[in-house]
Amino acid sequence: MDELSAQEIVHLLDTAESFKEVSTRSIKKVPALRGKVVALLFFEDSTRTRMSFELAASRLSADVLLFSSHGSSVTKGETTLDTARNIEAMGVDIFVIRHSQSGAPHMLARRLAASVVNAGDGQHEHPTQALLDIFTIRQRLGNVEGLKVAIVGDIAHSRVARSNILGLRKLGAHVVVVGPPTLVPSAIRAMGCQISHSLDDVLGEVDVVNMLRIQFERFSSNQFPSVREYSRLYGMNSQRLKRCKKNVLIMHPGPINRGVELTSDVADGPNSCILQQVTNGLAIRMAVLYLVSQGRQ
Amino acid sequence: MNDILIKNGRVIDPASGRDEVADVAIARGKIVRVGKIKAAARQTIDAKGCIVCPGLIDVHVHCREPGHEEEETIATASAAAVAGGFTTIVAMPNTHPPMDNETAVLYVLQRAAEAGLARVLPVGCITKGREGKELAEMGSMVDAGAVAFSDDGDGVASSELMHRALQYAAMLGVPLMQHCQDGALAGVMNSGEVAVRLGLGGIPTSAEQIMLRRDLELVERVGARYHVQHVTSAGSVELVRDAKVRRLPVTAEATPHHLLLTDVGCSSYDPNYKVNPTLRSAADVEALRAGVADGTIDCLATDHAPHAQEEKELEFGLAAFGIVGLECAVGLYAKALVQTKLMDWPGLIERMTLGPARAIGRPLGTLAAGAAADVTLIDSKARWTVDTGKFRSRSRNCPYDGWKLVGRPVTTIVGGQVKFSL
Repeated sequence: MDELSAQEIVHLLDTAESFKEVSTRSIKKVPALRGKVVALLFFEDSTRTRMSFELAASRLSADVLLFSSHGSSVTKGETTLDTARNIEAMGVDIFVIRHSQSGAPHMLARRLAASVVNAGDGQHEHPTQALLDIFTIRQRLGNVEGLKVAIVGDIAHSRVARSNILGLRKLGAHVVVVGPPTLVPSAIRAMGCQISHSLDDVLGEVDVVNMLRIQFERFSSNQFPSVREYSRLYGMNSQRLKRCKKNVLIMHPGPINRGVELTSDVADGPNSCILQQVTNGLAIRMAVLYLVSQGRQ
Repeated sequence: MNDILIKNGRVIDPASGRDEVADVAIARGKIVRVGKIKAAARQTIDAKGCIVCPGLIDVHVHCREPGHEEEETIATASAAAVAGGFTTIVAMPNTHPPMDNETAVLYVLQRAAEAGLARVLPVGCITKGREGKELAEMGSMVDAGAVAFSDDGDGVASSELMHRALQYAAMLGVPLMQHCQDGALAGVMNSGEVAVRLGLGGIPTSAEQIMLRRDLELVERVGARYHVQHVTSAGSVELVRDAKVRRLPVTAEATPHHLLLTDVGCSSYDPNYKVNPTLRSAADVEALRAGVADGTIDCLATDHAPHAQEEKELEFGLAAFGIVGLECAVGLYAKALVQTKLMDWPGLIERMTLGPARAIGRPLGTLAAGAAADVTLIDSKARWTVDTGKFRSRSRNCPYDGWKLVGRPVTTIVGGQVKFSL
């Protein structure tokens, strides 16, 4: 999201809007990427993003190659670059890459002739997640400009947080990141957001609450004292929901730790748009693949 | 008859304070005299328009041999050294196996003699296997020729072990060199806005300063000579400055990359900007330059750290740390310190000759009569472009490729023999 302008983001969202309709047809397919090869390189586990990209590429009639590092030559010591170069040698137009290392897609984009789409790199960015989040906010609340969005949880290690901050700021929303100081680096202010360490302090004034998944390994490395306490301080439950604006939007990029970030009644309640986010993700990824392939021509 | 007569150069010799146009006569590997010299010599070098100074000394070089000869050998490091104007390089012990015993020290000296280019002075490990657990045989290594000790790459974490190592160093009369870094505060680049934006793990400047503060406390108790390797932060410069005010036996070095580059260089995830210790902020660069200029920092040192392409052609987080620097160091130092008008050439040369010689306690870095004839000729006005493809080093991990620099060595004489000539 760092490289995209506000205008480009809006264009992406509008393109996704037109692709949403494809999924309502009886034959859910368009020939936009017919004869093109999309290779999905997933060096890190993923359910939603991988399946969403796979389905998006299929609906655009592309041939899809699926790679996951389990059971591949990566376990024999092949580097990311060599893996990608070898797959590229089969004739690939677009790579979609998910990697645990920040900057891995940037490294590949420098070295490969094919286009590279970032499907999440380390703790850096997850641009299609931010796009689908913003798309969902626009759909539910009508616009993005002027809204106040809280992003709650492990900001330090979250690529979802970074991409959302960048995208939301570009479209004129206010962003406040919420979490304990061990999980919220003070330097994140330079990205244009506010910091709060109290969820209760911000609840009443925000239009959107985006709850990030908490990774349990952060607990073992002393970044918070216990899951129980974390949930008490930063978890969203029905009492907290009552203190929010009536039509507040509750989001989560998934996978959810039920009872930790969100209680089930909130996750499955009327303010939640978690499944809508997933649905919209498909249209966003179709738009991204389509526009990237247009850009190549 | 003299062997070499260097005519009409601007002779800068910080040890004597000389800065004048003069001639330098060399015979049997020693400096005979500096002055107006008429006597003939077997070889005459016209140094008109050039600086003639004591051979440059780099107290921080990774020769990689033994263990990683595909990245560098003592011979290729020596060749790179003389091409960069260095007559003496100090070899760090993080080889494979680590240089932690007298046999390893003798091996390095033997390989250096075979290469026959620069003087290579070995540094032994402080701890066995560089593991930070048990003291290495420092006494035996000094007998074999080690000039200092360091676990470079890592700091010595245990205060007890560091205390004992300083006691031993004091007894042996050699300096301990420390890579000041609290290993628990680990990451891959400087902590701050750039790291947060890039999603890369940060190393705070306090990681360096915590260990430096502890060490200064121990040095004050023990009285051993202590050398701070590759200072990166404004806070560390201040700690060293204060230690010198308190007359502690402390010296320090700064590298070209910490004097010229900031963490913004990491923005494109280019692993050539990944280095340990890491690149800091513009304010740190400014403080470090000021520290070199006012003498808080005694030496300039490249921390020449060769790496094979396959160790750098990786994701930023997985790539090896290190930058090669021997062959462009003089131009880089001049860019950071002379062309910014913070220092003049005599000052800069002091930090590359006498300063480092004092830090390692060797009678080098001088043009005094009878001293070893290690001499470097520098064309301080030469404009040139860094081309890593032409490096004599085996490695190319260098962010300065294509940089336009002013000032470069043109002739390097070691022990009275011309080892490099442009």
